[in-house]
Amino acid sequence: MVAQNIFFGILSAIVIVSALRMVTTRNIVHAALYLVAVLAGLGALYVLLTAEFVATTQVLVYIGAVMVLFLFGIMLTKAPLGNEMEMTGKQWPLAALVAALLGGVTIYSLLNGFGSDRLVTDGPVYRTADVSDEVFSTYIIPFEAVSVLLLAALIGAIVLARKD
Amino acid sequence: MTGDPLFIDGVDLVDIGIMAAKVLVAFTFLLVATMFMVWFERKLISDMQNRIGPNVAGPWGLLQTFADGVKFFFKEDLRPENADPLVFRLAPYIAAVTAFLSFAVVPIGGSFGSGSSGTVTIFGRETYLQVADPPIGILLLLAMSSIAVYGVMLAGWASGSKYPLIGSVRASAQAISYEAALGMATVVVVILAGTLSTHGIVAAQAGGITRWFVLSSGVVPFIVFLIAATAELNRPPFDLVEAEQELVGGFHTEYSSIRFALFFLAEFMNVITMSAIMVTLFFGGPAGPILFGMTWFWPTVWFLLKVLAFLFVFVWFRATLPRLRYDQLMHLGWKLLIPLILFWLMFISLKELRAANDWNWIATYGAAFIALAIGTALLLAGLRAGDRAFQDELEEA
Repeated sequence: MVAQNIFFGILSAIVIVSALRMVTTRNIVHAALYLVAVLAGLGALYVLLTAEFVATTQVLVYIGAVMVLFLFGIMLTKAPLGNEMEMTGKQWPLAALVAALLGGVTIYSLLNGFGSDRLVTDGPVYRTADVSDEVFSTYIIPFEAVSVLLLAALIGAIVLARKD
Repeated sequence: MTGDPLFIDGVDLVDIGIMAAKVLVAFTFLLVATMFMVWFERKLISDMQNRIGPNVAGPWGLLQTFADGVKFFFKEDLRPENADPLVFRLAPYIAAVTAFLSFAVVPIGGSFGSGSSGTVTIFGRETYLQVADPPIGILLLLAMSSIAVYGVMLAGWASGSKYPLIGSVRASAQAISYEAALGMATVVVVILAGTLSTHGIVAAQAGGITRWFVLSSGVVPFIVFLIAATAELNRPPFDLVEAEQELVGGFHTEYSSIRFALFFLAEFMNVITMSAIMVTLFFGGPAGPILFGMTWFWPTVWFLLKVLAFLFVFVWFRATLPRLRYDQLMHLGWKLLIPLILFWLMFISLKELRAANDWNWIATYGAAFIALAIGTALLLAGLRAGDRAFQDELEEA
C-alpha cells in the first residue's frame, strides 16, 4: 500500500498544479495542454484503482479525441503565437463561486456516501468483460439513451454549421 | 500486468532483473531495427527507381543511418524566433516516447498451441516474450497512437510558421479520421479472440494458418487496417502531412539537429511497430513451424520474417503509389472505409452470436437481411428527400 500512497501523492500533486496552471496561464494553447496533463493524471489515478479499462478509455476519448479537437479548433481560429491575451473575464468571481460550490457538493456527497470506507485491496479486479457485461445488460437503457443524445447533438451541429 | 506468469506469486529481485533485461532488449532492438529500416527503405526504393542508393558508408551503405545520426548530433539546434519555446522542445519527445511505448505489448516470440501457452523460461522463471501483457493490451496501442498525434500537432503549431501549421492541421484531421476505421478493424479481431490482451490474441490464433485472423475474419478487416495504418503513419500515399511539393517539409520544417532526428526516428519506429501489430493481430504473431530443436528460437524468426514482409509492403507503397488529394483522402476514410468496416463489424458480431447461441441459420441471416434492407431504404429515401429540398432551394434562389 505504501507504493500506492506515494504515487497517489505524486499524481494528485501533478493534477492539482496542472489544474491551477490551466486557469491561470495566459496562453490558450498552454491552457489546453495543462488540461491534457490533468486528464492524463486522472487516467493514472484510475490505474492505481485497478480500473485499467476506464484509464485507457480516458486516454483514448479525452486525450486522444476531445482534446485533439479542442487544440485543432484553437489552432485554426485564435492561437496567435506568443500573444498573451487577457483571458480573465468579468464574471470570474461568479465562476469561482460556482466552482467552489460544485466542489463542495461533490466532496460532501463523497464523504457522506463513503465516509470511512476503505478501499478493498484484495478485492476483485474489474475486467473489461465485466464492464461491458454491465453496460450491455444492467445499464443498457441509459447507454442507448446517451447514444441517441450524442447522435442528435452531432446532427444538430451539422444543421447549425451548414448554411446552404 | 496480471497476465504474465512472471508476476503470479510475488516479485523479487530476479523478476525485476528479467523485466529490466526485457525492456533493455526491446529498446535496443527497436533502435537498431529503426537504423536498418531507414537503410532498407532507401536501398529498396533506389532499386525500384533504377538508382544505386546509399553505398559509401560501410558495406552496401549499411552504416549510412549511423553516419546521418552522428551528423545530426553535431548540427546546430535552431529555434525560430516566433516559436513557443516550451512546446517546441516538448513535441519531439512526445513523438519518440509514444513510438517506443507501443512496442511494449507486442509479443515477439514464444511457441503457442499444442499444450504450450507461449511462455519462455529465463533463469528458472516462466515469462512471456513481450515487455508487458496488460489485460487491456490492444487498447494501449490505440491510446499510444492517439497520443502520438500530439507530437505532430504541437510541433506544427509551436514552430510559429505557416507551412508547419498547415501540415499539422492536416495531420490531426487525417489521424482522427482514420483512427475510427483502425479501431473498428481492431474490434473485429477482439470479438473473434474474445480478449484485449495481445498475448491472448496470439494464443487464439494458434494452430495452423486457417486460424489466423486474416482468414477467419474474412480479409476485409485486414485490408481496412492496412490502409488505415498507412494513413495513421502518414506514409505515402497518405503523406499529405509533409508533402514536399506543397509544404516544404510539413510539420518538421523548422526542426533541425537532434530534434529533427527524434521525429525521423519516431516515424520509422512507428512503421516497425505498426507492422508488428499487424502481424500480431492478423498473422498469428510468432506462429510458424518449429523446424528443428530450440523451440524458443523459431517463433522469433517467423515473427521477424513476417514483420520484414510488411516493412517491404510499406516501402513498396511509397515507391509505387501517387499521393492522394485531400478530398480524396477524406472521401476514402469517411465514405468508404468506415461504412465498410462498420458493416463487417456487425456481420462478424452476428456470426459469432449465432454460433454462441446456436440460432437458426436462415432465421438469423434472413432477419439481418430484412433489417439491412429497411435501413438502406430509409437512408436512400432520406437522401432523396434532402436532394429534392436542396434542388428546390436552388431553383428559388
